[in-house]
Amino acid sequence: MELIVVIAIIVIIALVVAGIYNGLVSRRNRIDEALGQIEVQLKRRHDLIPNLVEAVKGYMGFEQSVLTKVTEARANAVAAGAQGPAAQAQAENNLTGALRSLFAVVENYPDLKANQNVMQLQEELTTTENQISFSRQHYNATVLDYNNAIQTIPAVLFAGILGFVKREFFDAEPEATEVPKVDLNLG
Amino acid sequence: MATATFYDQIGANKRNSVLLALVVVVLLGALGLTIGWAVTGERAAAIPSTGIAIAVGLIAAVFSYFGGASLVLSVSGAKEIGPQDAPQLFNVVSEMATAANVPMPRVYIIDDTAPNAFATGRDPQHASVAITSGLLQKLDREELQGVMAHELSHVRNFDIRFSLMVGVLVGSIALLADFFLRFTFWGGGRRGRDSNDSGGGGLQIIVFVVAIVLAILAPIMARLVQMAVSRQREYLADASGVELTRNPVGLERALAKITLDTEPLEVANRATQHLYFENPIKAATGQSSNLFSTHPAALDRINRLRQLSGQSAVTDPHEVLDPRFAAAALRGAATPSVPPAPPGWNRPS
Repeated sequence: MELIVVIAIIVIIALVVAGIYNGLVSRRNRIDEALGQIEVQLKRRHDLIPNLVEAVKGYMGFEQSVLTKVTEARANAVAAGAQGPAAQAQAENNLTGALRSLFAVVENYPDLKANQNVMQLQEELTTTENQISFSRQHYNATVLDYNNAIQTIPAVLFAGILGFVKREFFDAEPEATEVPKVDLNLG
Repeated sequence: MATATFYDQIGANKRNSVLLALVVVVLLGALGLTIGWAVTGERAAAIPSTGIAIAVGLIAAVFSYFGGASLVLSVSGAKEIGPQDAPQLFNVVSEMATAANVPMPRVYIIDDTAPNAFATGRDPQHASVAITSGLLQKLDREELQGVMAHELSHVRNFDIRFSLMVGVLVGSIALLADFFLRFTFWGGGRRGRDSNDSGGGGLQIIVFVVAIVLAILAPIMARLVQMAVSRQREYLADASGVELTRNPVGLERALAKITLDTEPLEVANRATQHLYFENPIKAATGQSSNLFSTHPAALDRINRLRQLSGQSAVTDPHEVLDPRFAAAALRGAATPSVPPAPPGWNRPS
């Protein structure tokens, strides 16, 4: 009789742990999916920028330094792709800044502003940038959800043993980059 | 936690849909029962007539679940467009779908100069958004984003399913009640003559009176519930739309622009009005949220948004669109640089 009770308790505990484990796995997969969404948009932005530079650079007297900055920022952002979310976010934010100043300069060139091709590229880049920030919101929400789950009872009791580690947010807080705790165990 | 409230809200919406559907089914059954009894004078006839009324309601609900969206879209004269037809609109919708974490809905254009928009469908996987060409023309990118954030909140919160089902169920109550009232109007004279022979009895007269009262009250009750829930949803969609864009200004400006436009939308009717971004049938009184309106007054919506972002309330939508207007009003200048709105700004002149 006692044996049956003990076995029943063990089975119940095992089922509960399995349920929690599955919950954590699906949360972690959601993070990876969300990160994938951001990557797609970042890639799209990287692909659009050379076209924009090409379209703009023909205009007489256009500030070459601005173009150089954008091209450099793009190269850095592409390179940062493999350095984890925090470094990547930092590089992408620099790129966003460079693009903003480029579009600010475009405002001074009425011909350029009216150029159909430039207008189209500007719209494409605007939407990509919005997509990036909305995917980032979504990504951060999934990370928050996951981090909360692994740091609270009951999952906190065994999350570490089962290999669930805290994930980092996709944003460029200077404080966050000071102590790099990059999880290379992605996926 | 902010996300929890969304899930709560989605859950509440799904529960409300079921609850309201039940209330409406009960009302339909009661109507069927009394009408069947009253018309035939036989208590036994009430059983099949109740069954028929409920069956009609349920069949209508099932049809609306699967085919309601396309019906609404075709009734409104909406045409589906592709990304190349309106690239910016497509981009904005896609951005907001990302923000709301729902699949990209289908996009429709209604060729009408009146500014308005709506979302419909049975769930986020089968959703559509429609916008009038007038609205598309009047709004800039930021404002368009505000409107689409509102619409995609409706999609994410399952408001679209609720509106679809309720619209049809409330419609079928109205239809049945209307049918009966017409019947009594036309058949009443004949019945008067017959009753002398058959001596129908006091009971049938009572049932008849109950049926008439129910036929008058049931559609009103159903509609009241629908409207109250609909108004609440508009506020919620505004607030969650801002939570998506993190920018209340676009939506505020869009609301101000739309409310200052007094042109009615020709393709909208009583059955579809609750779906729209802003009430398409502009009644003579636009001032306050009255009992029967599907939408809160736009100024109310603007001020609730301003409250969310800690801005002071406005008394005139022009203030949202043009800061000079507010400044001039504050200074008490006799001649502001923009023409002041007439006192009855939201009434069609």
